[in-house]
Amino acid sequence: MSWIASHFNYVVVVILMMAGLFIVFSSGNLIKRMIGLAMFQTSTGLFYITLSKVSGGTAAITLKADSETGRALAAPLDPAYVEQFGVDGVVYSNPLPHVLILTAIVVGVATLAVGLAIAVRIREAYGTVEADEINALSRVTAEQAEPSP
Amino acid sequence: MSGPTIDANFALNIALLLMLVAIAFAVVRTRSLLAAILMMSVYSLASAAWLMVADAADVAFTEAVVGAGASTVILLGAILLARGEAERVNWKLMIAPGALAVVVGAVLIYAAGGLPNYGDPASPANSHVGRAYLEQTYGDIGAPNVVTAVLASYRGFDTLGETVVIFAACIGVALMLGFGPRATLAPPTEIPNDQHVVLRVVAKLLIPLIALFALYVQFHGDLGAGGGFQAGVIMAVAIILHALVFGLRATMAAVPVRLARTVAALGVVVYAGVGVVCIINGGGFLDYDYLFSPRIEAMIPANLLGDPSHEHHWGQHFGILFIEIGVLLTVSATIVTMFYGFAGRTLETIEAERRG
Repeated sequence: MSWIASHFNYVVVVILMMAGLFIVFSSGNLIKRMIGLAMFQTSTGLFYITLSKVSGGTAAITLKADSETGRALAAPLDPAYVEQFGVDGVVYSNPLPHVLILTAIVVGVATLAVGLAIAVRIREAYGTVEADEINALSRVTAEQAEPSP
Repeated sequence: MSGPTIDANFALNIALLLMLVAIAFAVVRTRSLLAAILMMSVYSLASAAWLMVADAADVAFTEAVVGAGASTVILLGAILLARGEAERVNWKLMIAPGALAVVVGAVLIYAAGGLPNYGDPASPANSHVGRAYLEQTYGDIGAPNVVTAVLASYRGFDTLGETVVIFAACIGVALMLGFGPRATLAPPTEIPNDQHVVLRVVAKLLIPLIALFALYVQFHGDLGAGGGFQAGVIMAVAIILHALVFGLRATMAAVPVRLARTVAALGVVVYAGVGVVCIINGGGFLDYDYLFSPRIEAMIPANLLGDPSHEHHWGQHFGILFIEIGVLLTVSATIVTMFYGFAGRTLETIEAERRG
């Protein structure tokens, strides 16, 4: 198996992460930046789940090896492989990264909302969510505040 | 194992990842904020499909309801205030971020060479603690869904922290945006929706079903994919759907702000309270084996879950059930409170600007 097939997922994760980073750095629009951050975050999730995948595995919900589902899952696999990497005759993917990412997604939407709330307040104060215009406006305000010589 | 075998699963993996890359580039290119938000919604749905292919059923569920549902609604609420399009950025200002992304990306891809192959069952991540959870969870806790068991029991303290973070975000949004439109302003003119009879009838049929589905997801979380986080978001989506169809004021009469913010705090109290009860009964914080004193545990009928032959861990069963209820309360109330904040504030600001 070539390197690109076995590491394709990591390449995609890096591309998505850099796409998010590029949006955050290049766009002046605060809401677009929050979208970039969200994309960056999902790429981290993809990375964790990629690491947790086990070939021929199934979701980590315990089932009996002699049930219909258990037999169907084990049928295409090498019995020695199931014996070595399975638990009680069924091969599962690693559940721990799933737990970490599950909660990270919900916390992600909460932090996204806080970021957007800040953007809404900035919009109320400056009338815009474009970083350049906000900078120009605050420069004007700062100059007005300076005592004239 | 030298690498992943080329089968249907691997082909789907490649196809869905390529779809994600295509959507990501479209989001980078577009200047329309509405298009970017809707594409992020599709992106979430595609990544949920990919997560399902990668066996992460619970994560896929969460990504589908949170990414494609809740965060899209919150983002749409926020762009009501923005001009529809982001400013055109001078291409010269894109050179530095572009170069940075390419260089960092190249370094990371080079580093990825040291990572295990996709699907490697013997990789360090998959062979120690993850495997221990798979081997011991059913005996320790008695819940078939290992993800829920790890989330709610083994790592219960961690999940309590996450619930508190969500509650803190709720407080943060409420402090910045308030709890919906302020009474001092004239009520916002709502778009007359008399022509949307079909929409209203369908919504009336769907809202109870969505709420019922949320409860199903909640109480089957330790048997199959699901749990408090997913159920909380689905419950919130039912309330938000009501607001989208019948107007914000009607929803705020049905689910008052006072109720939402009380429930958000109550969820954290329920979760931490379960931990304190465990301490009182002689265990550690959130050690559900001590949830019931021996006298109460003896009163639980052995056939409560139908199968008296299986040795049940009642403390674990009920501990997970109770803390998942706490998570459901906090998550659903937080998302509803945030929605009220965004929807109320944007309506108010638009009204104020229209009046000059």
